[in-house]
Amino acid sequence: MKKFTKVTSMAMAAAMVASMLAVPAAAEEAAFKIGGIGPLTGAAAIYGNSALNAVQMAVDEVNAAGGINGYQVEFNAQDDEHDAEKSVNAYNTLKDWGMQMLVGTVTTTPCIAVAYECANDNLFALTPSASSPEVTAAGAGNVYQLCFTDPAQGTASAQYIGENMPEITKVAVLYNSSDAYSTGIYEKFVEEAEAQAFEVVETQTFTEDSNTDFSAQIQACMDAGAELVFLPFYYTEASIVLKQANEKEFAPVWFGVDGMDGILGVEGFDTSLAEGVMLLTPFAADADDEATKAFVAEFEEKFGDTPTQFAADGYDCVYALKAALEEAGATPDMSASDIADALKDAFTKIEVTGLTGTMTWNENCEVSKTPQAVVIKDGAYVAY
Amino acid sequence: MTVMIEKMKKKTRTNNLINYAIVIAAFAVIQVMKSTGNLSSLLNGLLIPVCSYIILAVSLNLVVGISGELSLGHAGFMSVGAFASAFFSKSMLDAIPFVPLRFGLAIVIGAAAAGVIGVLIGIPVLRLRGDYLAIVTLAFGEIIKNVITIFYIGIDGNGIHVSMKDKMSLHLEEGGNVILNGPQGISGTPKNATFLVGVLLVLITLFIVQNLINSRDGRAIMSIRDNRIAAESIGLNVTKYKLMAFTVSAALAGVAGALYAHNLSSLVASKFDFNLSILALVFVVLGGIGSIRGSIIAAVVLTALPEMLRFLSDYRMLIYAIVLIVMMLLNWSPKALELRERYLGRFFKKTAKEGK
Repeated sequence: MKKFTKVTSMAMAAAMVASMLAVPAAAEEAAFKIGGIGPLTGAAAIYGNSALNAVQMAVDEVNAAGGINGYQVEFNAQDDEHDAEKSVNAYNTLKDWGMQMLVGTVTTTPCIAVAYECANDNLFALTPSASSPEVTAAGAGNVYQLCFTDPAQGTASAQYIGENMPEITKVAVLYNSSDAYSTGIYEKFVEEAEAQAFEVVETQTFTEDSNTDFSAQIQACMDAGAELVFLPFYYTEASIVLKQANEKEFAPVWFGVDGMDGILGVEGFDTSLAEGVMLLTPFAADADDEATKAFVAEFEEKFGDTPTQFAADGYDCVYALKAALEEAGATPDMSASDIADALKDAFTKIEVTGLTGTMTWNENCEVSKTPQAVVIKDGAYVAY
Repeated sequence: MTVMIEKMKKKTRTNNLINYAIVIAAFAVIQVMKSTGNLSSLLNGLLIPVCSYIILAVSLNLVVGISGELSLGHAGFMSVGAFASAFFSKSMLDAIPFVPLRFGLAIVIGAAAAGVIGVLIGIPVLRLRGDYLAIVTLAFGEIIKNVITIFYIGIDGNGIHVSMKDKMSLHLEEGGNVILNGPQGISGTPKNATFLVGVLLVLITLFIVQNLINSRDGRAIMSIRDNRIAAESIGLNVTKYKLMAFTVSAALAGVAGALYAHNLSSLVASKFDFNLSILALVFVVLGGIGSIRGSIIAAVVLTALPEMLRFLSDYRMLIYAIVLIVMMLLNWSPKALELRERYLGRFFKKTAKEGK
C-alpha cells in the first residue's frame, strides 16, 4: 500500500514537471510586454494592488490612445507576497512569459533580490515605490526609481521643518525599523537635523510584527516634551498612532512623508484626528489639476477607493516607460536586453510630467522631482 | 532469525539506495533539460530553493519521524544557518576571493552555528514531551527571529561594531560596511549557490540521516520514541539520544539555511517565521512521518505547486489550500486508502502486500 502512495506521488511530481516544461507558445502579435511584480496578497497587499491596478489602468489608456510607437502594450502582474524568494519566482514566471521590461517590484526587500536578477539578465526595471538606495545599487544601472529616494525625503523634511517652522525646537521621531523605506528616511532626517535649529529629543521604533499598539512610544514622545513628531511611515500605521495619541490627549504637530498620503481614506478612521497633519508628498489626491482629477475619478470608478501615492507612482511608471521607449524608438521585436540598453540610454534624457510632478533621472537611476508640503484642513489636503 | 535480519537489512539498503537514485536521476533529467534549452526560467529559479526545502524537510523528519518529538521551531535553526553563513560570506568577500572555499566554509559555519544553538536549546527543551515541547520550540523559533532582528553589525578598518539601536550608532568610519542591518537583514550576499551544490548537499543530508537511522544510535533513538520506559530500563541514555537527533537535525537545517541565503541577495529574519516552520512540518506530514522519500517528494511538490498555480491569479492561494487538503485526504485518510486498495489494489497486488 505504501508503495502505491509513492507511485501516485511520483506520478503527480512527474505531471508537475511536465507542466513546467510546457514553454509558452510564442504568439507573435508584436506588442510590448511589460511585467509587474508586487504583493497582491498578504499583509502588504494594499500597496501592491494599488500600484499594479494603476499600472493596468495606464496601460489600457495607452493602448486606447494608439499604444507606444504604434504598438500595443501587454501587462502581466504577478504576486510576490512581499517575500524575496516569491518575488524572484514571479520574476522568472514573467521571463517565461516573454517580459521585455518590468514595473516593479513595489516593496523594497523583494526589489533588492529582483534587482540583482535584472542586472544579471540585463533587463530594464522601473520601480514605482521601492525607494531605498540599495535597490539602485543592486540593479547596477538596470533598475530606475520613480519614487523619491528615502534620503531625499528625510533631508527635505528636516530642512522644511528647520526653515519654515522656527517655533519648533523639540522633535521626536517614530519609525518602522523593519522597513527600509522608513529607516532610510529616519537616518537622513536625523543627519540633516543636526544642521537645523531644532533638536531630536526622542527616537522610538516599531516593527512589522508590533504595529498595532503604539502607546509606549507615544508616552515616550510625550515625556520628552516633543512639539513635533515626525512619522516617516505608511498611513495605515499612522492612523493608529493618531488615534492612540488622541486618547492620551497628546497633540503635537504631526509631520509625515509621502507614505502618509491615503490617511483620509482609512476605513473607520475619524479624519478629524488628522486635522493639521503636515506631509511632504509629490501627489495629493485632492489636487486641482486636470490630470489628477481625471485619474482620481477613473480610479475611484474602477476600483472603488481613492488612489494613493502608490497608485500615482504606478500610473506614472507607464508614461515614463512610454516616453523613454519613444525617445529610443524601440520596437517590440527587439530582445529584452536590447530594449534595456535603449531604455538605459533614454531614461537620463527624458523629462516626464506626470501626476507626481515633473521628473528627470540622473545617471544613478534616481528620480528628481519636487515634493510639495500639504496640510490637512477640514478633512482635505491644502497646500501649506 | 538471522535470515530475516539479513533480509530486512537488504531491504533498508535498497530503500536507501533508491532515495539516492531518485535525487541523482532528477539531477540528470534537469541537466539534460537545461542543455537542450527546455528548462523554463521559473523551474530554473526554483531548483535551489527546492533543494534547501528538501534538506529542511529531511532534517525535520529526523526529529518528528525518527525521534518522535513535535518541533515547531525548525525555521529558527534554518535562519541561524542562513544568517551565520551569509554574514561570513559577506564579510569575507574580499579576504577569500576563491568562491568554492568561501562558500564551503560558509556552509560549514552555518551548520555549526545552527548545531550549537540546537544543543543550547535542546538541553532544556528536550526535558519536555509532546505538546509542551511543541510550544517551547515554537517560542524558541520566534526568539531566534527577534534576536536577529535587533542586531546591527558593521565592519570597518577598526574591526567589528555591534549596536542594538540603529545603523548610525555603529559609528562606522568612511568605507565601513554594514553587514547585518537590523530587521532589514543582510543584503548583497554573493549568489554562490548552484544546483549542483544543492544536489550534493541533499545527497550528503540523505547520507547522514539514513546512516544515522540505520545505526545503533538510530535504533536507540527509535526505541525511545516507541517506548521510553522500556528503553530506559535497558540502560539507554534518553537525553543523550534525543539531543543527538535534535542537534543533527538543527545542523542540517542550518545547511538548508546557508544554501537558501546564497541564492537570494536579500535575506530578512521575518522570512523564517512560524509559517515556515509549519510549512516544513507540512512537508514531513504529507510525505509521511518517518518516510525520508516522502519528505523529499512533498517538499518538491509543495514548493512547486503555488508557482504552478500562478495562472489562477487571485484564486491561487485558495486553490493551493484546497489542493493541500485533498492531497492529505487522498494520501492518508483510512477510507481513501481502503478505496484505493479495492479499485487499484489488483494492479499492485504484490507491492500492496509487501507494503503492509
